[in-house]
Formats: sequence, C-alpha cells, structure tokens
Amino acid sequence: MEVASSHTIAVLVDNEPGILARVVGLFSGRGYNIESLTVAQTNAKQNLSRITIVTAGTPMVVEQIKAQLDRLVPVHKVHDLTLEGPHIERELALVKVKGVGEKRAEALRLADIFRAKVIDTKTDSFVFEVTGASDKVQTFVELMGSLGLVDVGRTGIVAMTRGGEAF
Amino acid sequence: MKKPEETATTGADLLVKALIDEEVEVVFGYPGGAVLPIYDSLFKQNKLRHILVRHEQAAVHAAEGYARSTGKVGVVLVTSGPGATNAVTGLTDALMDSIPLVCLTGQVPTHLIGNDAFQEADTTGITRPCTKHNYLVKSVDALSRTVHEAFYVARSGRPGPVVIDLPKDVLMNKHDYTAPDMPVQHKSYRPVTKPDAKKIEQALELIANAKKPMFYTGGGVINSGARASKLLTQFVHMTGYPITNTLMGLGSFPASDKQFVGMLGMHGTYEANLAMYHCDVLINIGARFDDRITGKLAEFSPHSKKIHIDIDGSSINKNVRVDLPIVGDAGQALEDLIKLWKARQPKVDQKALKAWWAEIDKWRGRDCLAYKQGKDVIKPQFALERLYHHIKDRDHYITTEVGQHQMWAAQFLKFEQPNRWMTSGGLGTMGYGFPAALGVQIAHPEALVIDVAGEASIMMNIQELSTAAQYRLPVKIFILNNQYMGMVRQWQELLHGGRYSESYSEALPDFVKLADAFGAKGLRCHEPSKLDDTIKEMIAIKGPVIVDVAVDKAENCFPMIPSGAAHYDMLLGPEDRAARPVSEEGMVLV
Ligand SMILES: Cc1cc2nc3c(=O)[nH]c(=O)nc-3n(C[C@H](O)[C@H](O)[C@H](O)COP(=O)(O)OP(=O)(O)OC[C@H]3O[C@@H](n4cnc5c(N)ncnc54)[C@H](O)[C@@H]3O)c2cc1C
Ligand SMILES: Cc1ncc(C[n+]2csc(CCOP(=O)(O)OP(=O)(O)O)c2C)c(N)n1
Ligand SMILES: [Mg+2]
Repeated sequence: MEVASSHTIAVLVDNEPGILARVVGLFSGRGYNIESLTVAQTNAKQNLSRITIVTAGTPMVVEQIKAQLDRLVPVHKVHDLTLEGPHIERELALVKVKGVGEKRAEALRLADIFRAKVIDTKTDSFVFEVTGASDKVQTFVELMGSLGLVDVGRTGIVAMTRGGEAF
Repeated sequence: MKKPEETATTGADLLVKALIDEEVEVVFGYPGGAVLPIYDSLFKQNKLRHILVRHEQAAVHAAEGYARSTGKVGVVLVTSGPGATNAVTGLTDALMDSIPLVCLTGQVPTHLIGNDAFQEADTTGITRPCTKHNYLVKSVDALSRTVHEAFYVARSGRPGPVVIDLPKDVLMNKHDYTAPDMPVQHKSYRPVTKPDAKKIEQALELIANAKKPMFYTGGGVINSGARASKLLTQFVHMTGYPITNTLMGLGSFPASDKQFVGMLGMHGTYEANLAMYHCDVLINIGARFDDRITGKLAEFSPHSKKIHIDIDGSSINKNVRVDLPIVGDAGQALEDLIKLWKARQPKVDQKALKAWWAEIDKWRGRDCLAYKQGKDVIKPQFALERLYHHIKDRDHYITTEVGQHQMWAAQFLKFEQPNRWMTSGGLGTMGYGFPAALGVQIAHPEALVIDVAGEASIMMNIQELSTAAQYRLPVKIFILNNQYMGMVRQWQELLHGGRYSESYSEALPDFVKLADAFGAKGLRCHEPSKLDDTIKEMIAIKGPVIVDVAVDKAENCFPMIPSGAAHYDMLLGPEDRAARPVSEEGMVLV
C-alpha cells in the first residue's frame, strides 16, 4: 500500500471570477482534502493570483491532484513544493487574549519568546500577530489557551522554494 | 487583432458574426426571453442555420452527434434558467466522452444577476463541474474574444464542452466587431501535442521486443482526427500485433481486419479480454482505463509493461499505474512511432508472435458472441446482424441509446471507419441516440443514419420526432423492443435474485401509430423470417422511420465480466451464471 503524505502545492492562476470555486470544486468533487488554502493576487499587471494548497494523499493521488489542477483552463503553473526540494512555509495568525495580572504578564513574556507583535492592546486584552511555520503558530496558540485565549484567525500557509528560482 | 470591421452592431449581431468566423454552419437551439436578441440576429442573416429542437437536452445531444460525426465543434443555443438547466445532462455527457461543444446560454441582465430574477439560474456555477470551461460575459467588450477563445478551448487538447453565459444587456449593447487573428490562442491553456522524442524511443523499444503485445486504443484516436485512425491502422499492420478497441474507439481500426480481436471490457470479447490479461506489453493509445474495461484493478493485465499515450496528463496513472507515460496527441505519437519503426526496422520475435496469435486464435475459437436463432422469436443479435448485412455497402452512421441494445450494436455491427459510431459511453445517457442521430443527419444529409434503440430509452427524447418531421430528417429508429429495461433486468437477474423491480416497460405506446402521429412511418416486425423485408423497407423509405422489432424478452448480453471481477472471470452465457456468484465487493460497484 502506498502511504499518504502531506504536500504543499503552489498554483499560479488567472485572477478571474470563479477561479477559486473551480479549484475548490475540483477538490470537493473528486474527494481530495484541503488542509490549508490561501489565495491572493500577486501580479497586478498580468492579473495573476497565487494559490497555496496543502493537501494529503498517496503519491498516485497527489500526482492526480496536480494533473487535475494543471488541466484547468485558467491555471498557468502547478508546483509541488514538497517534491521540488527545500522550501519555506509561513503562516500568520492574529491571537486575541483577555486577562489581567500574572496571566497578562505571562502572555506578554511568551509573545516575546515567539516574536509575536502586539498590534492592539486594552488594559485587559491583547491582539498578537505571530508569524512562522505552522507548528510554531500552533504552539503559540496552544500556550495562550490557559492564558485567556479569546479568538484566533489564521491565514493558512504560503510557501516558496529556497534559492533564486521562481516558485 | 485586425481593425474593426463595422460599427454599432449589437452584442447579439457580434456574436453571430463571431460564430460565422468560426465557420459554424449550424446551431441547435431553443428560444426564450433571455436569448431573443440572438434569435433576432439569426433572423436577419442566412449563413447560420438554426435547428429548432423540442427539448434543450436534445439540442446538446444533436450537437454531439454533429460534432462526433464531423470532427467539428457542435454549437448549442439555449435560454436562461430552465433552458440552461435542461442542457446540463448533455453537457455532462459531452464532458465524459470528450466531445467539443460550445453552448451559448442566455442570462438575466447583469444588474439583475443574484437577485433571483425571473428565469435566473447560476449557470456558470451549475455547469462548472460539467464543462471543460465556462465563461460569464459581463461586458460586450469581452464578447468576441470570449467566443473565439471558447472555440479554441473546446477543440484543443482533450476536447470538451464550453459554456458561454450571456446576460441580455450584453447582447443588446452596441459594440464594434473585430475579427480575431486566427488561430486564436489562450494565454495559459496550451496542451502538449508533440510527445517527448526520448519516450517515443523507449516505447518503440518496448513494442519491438514484446513477445505478447497488445494494442488497446480508444476514443482519443478518434478525437485526434481521421488521420490518426489511418496511422493507427498503418502502425498496427506494420507490427502484425493484435488490437482491441474500447466502446469509444470503435471504427478507429477496421473491425473486419484479422488483427482486430473485438471490443474489450465488461461486454467485450473473450479473446480481447484474455489477451489483455495475458499480454506482456500493453500499448494504450487514447483510452482512459475506465472501470468498464479494467474490471478488478488488482488483476488488470498483471504481467504487462504498460505504455500510455494520452493528451490529458490527468488520464495517465489515474486508475492504473503505467510504466511509460507519454503525454501527447495520438496522431502525432503514431506518426513519430511509424517514422522510427521505419528507420530502425526492428526485428520482431516472429516465433513468439506466432505462438501468441495461436493462443488468441484458440480463444477466438470459443466464438463468444454465438447465439441461437430459432424460428419463432427474433434474437436481438440476429436483428443487428441482418441490419448490418443490409447497410454495410451504404454510406451509414450509427447512434445508440443506452442498454443491452447498445452493447449488442457494439458487438454485432462492424465499424470500418472512424466518426461513424456515436454512443454515450462515459455517462451512459438514455435518450442520447435519437437526437444525436438528428445531428448526424444534419451534417450528412445523404447518408443513412440509424439510431439503434431500446423501447425504454427512446421514450426519453421521443419528442424529437417533431424535429425530424419539421426538417424532414430521414433518421431511422431501429428499436430492439424486449419490453424491459433489459440492462436493468439483466443485473436484477444476476445480482438481485430475479426480482424485476420496476424494470418492465409498462404501458408502451403503439410505436407505429406514434410514428404516424408525427408524420413519420412506423413498421413492426415479430417474425425472424420477415426481418429482412422490414429492414429493406425501412431503408427504402425516404423520411423518418420507426421500426419496432419485437425481440426475445429474456435474452442477456454476453460475454459479461460482472463488476469487480477479473478479465478471466467472464460469464460467457446463461450456463456460467449459476456457477459463479458475484462477490460482495462487486455488488457495490456500478
Ligand atoms: C451500458 C454500458 C456498458 C459499457 N460497457 C463497455 C465495455 O464493455 N467496454 C468498453 O470499452 N466500454 C464500455 N462502456 C463505455 C465506458 O463506460 C467508457 O465510456 C469507455 O470505455 C471509455 O472509452 P475510452 O477509454 O476510449 O475513453 P474516452 O472516454 O473516449 O476518452 C478518450 C481518452 O483519450 C484521450 N484523448 C483525447 N483526445 C486525444 C488525442 N488527440 N490524443 C491522445 N489522447 C486523446 C482523453 O484524454 C481520454 O483519456 C460501456 C458504457 C455503457 C453505457
Ligand atoms: C437517463 C438514464 N436513466 C437511467 C439509466 C439506467 N439504465 C441503464 S440501461 C437502462 C435500461 C434501458 O432499457 P432499454 O432502452 O429498453 O434498452 P435495453 O437494455 O432493453 O436494450 C437503464 C434504466 C440510464 N443509463 N440513463
Ligand atoms: Mg428494452
């Protein structure tokens, strides 16, 4: 049996109406899973967007996912960053924590260790901005759990190859 | 872009001009509020012919028949809302069978989109998963570019249906038309057609050194154009190897040729399926390892090295892992293979090949399609053999509905050329065959066009008799009337203890009177001895004909590989059935 593993796939697409529905519909329609999905325009002049998808499957399924993405008409390029060698993955989270006294001080100390920035503060709350690999973001959120965590927003992963090549 | 030709035309006029520039000759459609501007533009010109169907699903199937029998893009025009939703089955059918279509759908004006306006449907949303691509045109500026791009997308690479959704205001707004520079290209969609030369060399090596080779070729060869079928025939002759075709590939290699071992798969021949199982090199050109042909995947052609040539990378390694994937056009790949074969003059192991053919001929000797025709009841196989006898020397095209009759048609009619066989393979759409036949007849007015039908399927688009009457389309509907949804009955017999739940064709019309009511001719035949005369009469009649052939109600279609079984596990006749119950795993499969 082939084993399933997680892959980070970057897709360059025309930024046109319905493109996200096409990609998401492909995954739901064919029974593939999406662990993380981010999308934004990255080239205004050529009107291109970059979609980063983290998915999991056996090698045959992942190959099929890429082939299916590649045959969508508005898709320019599909890169499997996991297969293509070393790459960097980053995620950003906004983390709201409510508390006073020792808990508040501890939250701030941990934020410092994680290089999280305070981007909003009241006398009894913070909103932290933390970036990093997903597991780091996850650990930070978990630590805030006992320190008055109120809410979390995460962007999902964006990723890029190391070195000078595009993608 | 060339310079604007004319000023101040409406979007609808511009659309019609763009269609004419795409060399469209005929549009299959049905009017409604949202597309009235287009119908107005059609009224004012005489280059484009419009065929008025009686249901939008039929418009799409007719366009499919037109497209498959000509190699051109079929064009459909329907209104918003129900017009578009009625077209969905046809679009899905075309997607599954890789048929190039452009379907124009009306839409409510842009400012009303999203307001649940009258006859509004989210057409691009609904058709996204059942088209190759779709567009919502939001401004008349984008209209002509979109139309030309849509034709490019529909016909390039793996062909498929493309929807253009057209809000009514876009059709009414004024704009200049600029003819595009042909051929139009797409900024991101560039399918690979030229196969990698190194891989062609590797393929040749594998092919030349095979001891038990097998060609397995499909609809992709037909999609590639008539030339690909010629090249396939040439290459297969050069090698001397056996070849089987999928249902969709019939006609790409002449059926009467002795190297042809018949169709493979669930209802394929004994020899084709056993050759698939025992071969050592499998050469797949333009076929997609569909579950109807692989059977049990774990035991699919287990001893072979597999080469797969396909224009769509997603067809490769989807169901079956192959050893040598080659992305490219079938015709192009065959051309390259032939060139290389001629240059290298490889020495095929003739002794091994002879032994392989001897094995295949032994399987052939089982005569798996044999049936017993008695004096009283017409066997469906006999009806088709007689039909073939009378049409084989005429210029003919065959379409089918879906069911047993479809499989018997595939087994008993012989296809010598591509584009002569139109059937719904991937979706298996009952109701496909008759409107498809109308589309074929429009494209080939002089030819003999026959829809081989079941009495249940034909009821699904029977309203099209009115279309046939209006345009005097002399299509022949040849019904193998077994009074059952035979294919359903066969499965119920095999898998559900003979409990024939809802599969009896109750309350059928009198097909002869029905034909009469629509101004067509109806014929009926019960007796084997009268069959020939009935068929001759059918052919002689100039207009549309329904022939109601009463056939054996209990006949089953064999060979059959029950779902989930392996190729060697074929049922060859009723006597085999009892011996081998279907596995539980197989029961859940379709
Ligand atoms: C009741 C019923 C029973 C059936 N039983 C059988 C059966 O026994 N045997 C059987 O074979 N089928 C059977 N079918 C049909 C089956 O469901 C499939 O439709 C069929 O097998 C698919 O044919 P194909 O593999 O040739 O692929 P198609 O659907 O024709 O696909 C064509 C393939 O070629 C590729 N292609 C397209 N253009 C090109 C090009 N230019 N160059 C190269 N490649 C190209 C495409 O990407 C695709 O992979 C049955 C259907 C029904 C309804
Ligand atoms: C639209 C649609 N609905 C249901 C089916 C399922 N189905 C497959 S074959 C069949 C019976 C066809 O009966 P008939 O047209 O009489 O053909 P026969 O098998 O008797 O030759 C049915 C219901 C289908 N293929 N298409
Ligand atoms: Mg029937």
